[in-house]
Amino acid sequence: MWNDLKKAPLTAWFGIVTIAFYIVLIIFADVLAPFDETSIVGRKFEPWGAEFLLGTDNLGRDMLSRLIYGARNTVSIALVTTMITFALGVFMGLMAATLGGWLDQLISRLVDVLMSIPMLIFALLLLTIFGTNVVSLVLVIAILDSTRVFRLARAVAMDVIVMDFFEAAQLRGEGLLWQIRREILPNVMPPLIAEFGLRFCFVFLVISALSFLGLGIQPPTADWGSMVRDNATLITFGEVTPLLPAAAIAWLTIAVNFVVDWKLHQASGLKS
Amino acid sequence: MIALIQLILSRVALGLLTLLIVSAVIFLSVELLPGDLAQEILGQRATEESVAAMRRDLGLDRPLIERYVSWLGGALRGDFGVSLANGRAIQDLIGERFINTLLLAAYTASIAVPVAISLGLAAALYRNSIFDRMVNVTTLITISFPEFFVGYILILFLSSKLGWFPGISNIRGDVGFFEFLYKTFLPALTLTLVITAHMMRMTRAAIINLLARPYIEMADLKGMPRRRIILKHALPNALAPIINVIALNMAYLITGVVLVEVVFVYPGLGQLLVDSVSKRDVTVVQAACLIFASVYIILNLTADVLSIVTNPRLMHKK
Repeated sequence: MWNDLKKAPLTAWFGIVTIAFYIVLIIFADVLAPFDETSIVGRKFEPWGAEFLLGTDNLGRDMLSRLIYGARNTVSIALVTTMITFALGVFMGLMAATLGGWLDQLISRLVDVLMSIPMLIFALLLLTIFGTNVVSLVLVIAILDSTRVFRLARAVAMDVIVMDFFEAAQLRGEGLLWQIRREILPNVMPPLIAEFGLRFCFVFLVISALSFLGLGIQPPTADWGSMVRDNATLITFGEVTPLLPAAAIAWLTIAVNFVVDWKLHQASGLKS
Repeated sequence: MIALIQLILSRVALGLLTLLIVSAVIFLSVELLPGDLAQEILGQRATEESVAAMRRDLGLDRPLIERYVSWLGGALRGDFGVSLANGRAIQDLIGERFINTLLLAAYTASIAVPVAISLGLAAALYRNSIFDRMVNVTTLITISFPEFFVGYILILFLSSKLGWFPGISNIRGDVGFFEFLYKTFLPALTLTLVITAHMMRMTRAAIINLLARPYIEMADLKGMPRRRIILKHALPNALAPIINVIALNMAYLITGVVLVEVVFVYPGLGQLLVDSVSKRDVTVVQAACLIFASVYIILNLTADVLSIVTNPRLMHKK
């Protein structure tokens, strides 16, 4: 592990350090934030200063505190969504690959249909119907995005089920879940882990985009996407402050992408 | 040749089938509403009678299949019914906005496509050089940027600080061609920045994949000059993947456009969609989604057909 890290490129190091920094922010948000997440502590749009390091927002809440709490809210919602996406996509994908036949056909065609509608557009339609709250946001994104995971999981599992050791397990009469857990899963883990990073970035960006549109995480929860929207007017006055939450989103996504890129490179290097 | 036409026709048929299924999905998803549309409009406290009257007005008492067929038939003629929020014909709401969105997309494509393809080719030809690595890192960075971040950075610097371009793309009323290009420069640039990197990376991958083929190696081994290898052997085969890359990114533009329109207050279909979602104006959302999804499917279909048509091996099949 340590040897791997020593050989890692600079970009990967940057990614790892950044992710660690965000984790610290998320865990110690209560200690680090000078003010409460939702309480109004000053006048509207105060400039940067000693009391409010990054100024205040459109309602007079401390920008820095909301940025710190935003890490906890936005990232954890994205993380939970990605986990559901994965549980759903991997399970369905492996089931489809192992069982084959009509079940595989049915799920695969359903996925084809879902994937032929642009995700953001379909998400907007479903959010109109189910209402814009965090629960429907998480479920809608998780279900729509699990189609991508399904395709990958099914494809990599297809390579495994033609192997002799898998056939041997089937002939031994192992149960379906045992086959999936002990024979397929260990062999498809590396590409799936890399995919987890990529899906997290994607889900994170989609949730931020929806929150920015006012259709995702709802106020008064501190969330980076909606913070950009709330304070956007300041930009026309040449202020950088509203861009900070957007930068926080971009920074984390870049970090995760760099780490995934390194991992993928490593995996492909080991194979050849 | 007949085989080729058959292949194309079957793709087109498959595409139309997809469109039909997608329209059904969009139509039926509204049935997932707790209660129905009439209940939704009138609210929880409405009396039985008024809800029943509303149902008759909206034609909700007819069977599902009949309603779907008449909705789809209307949509094909451009008639999407009326908005729930203000009772106006959806056709009037959408018409001009849809054209605006297409204009913005076309504007973006005319900048992004030439730039991305040539940079992608260069990165593939000078693989592993500093230039190539820079392309790689920049791509990773730009795909990590939310569209609204790029948009606001441009507004901050090019509009608020320098005052070169307007930060709000107000193109209502009569605008001339050059005025349009000027006023929508920032949204077009934002979208360009967002898709160029992606397009570049995909072009690079497609070309590198191609250069690893045995026939390229053969041409190389018989001493052909590099330029000739690229022009004679690689490029004809590269057309299909490049067309695919372009179509995929145009399809990606469809979703990117929604956010960018909101950032720049651009009067397009994306903004109408977002507004309607927050008003829960289901019929308008349905119509906008159907249009976006159709454009997306048609773009993918076009890419499919074009990559069949431009494939040298399919064209000169014995």
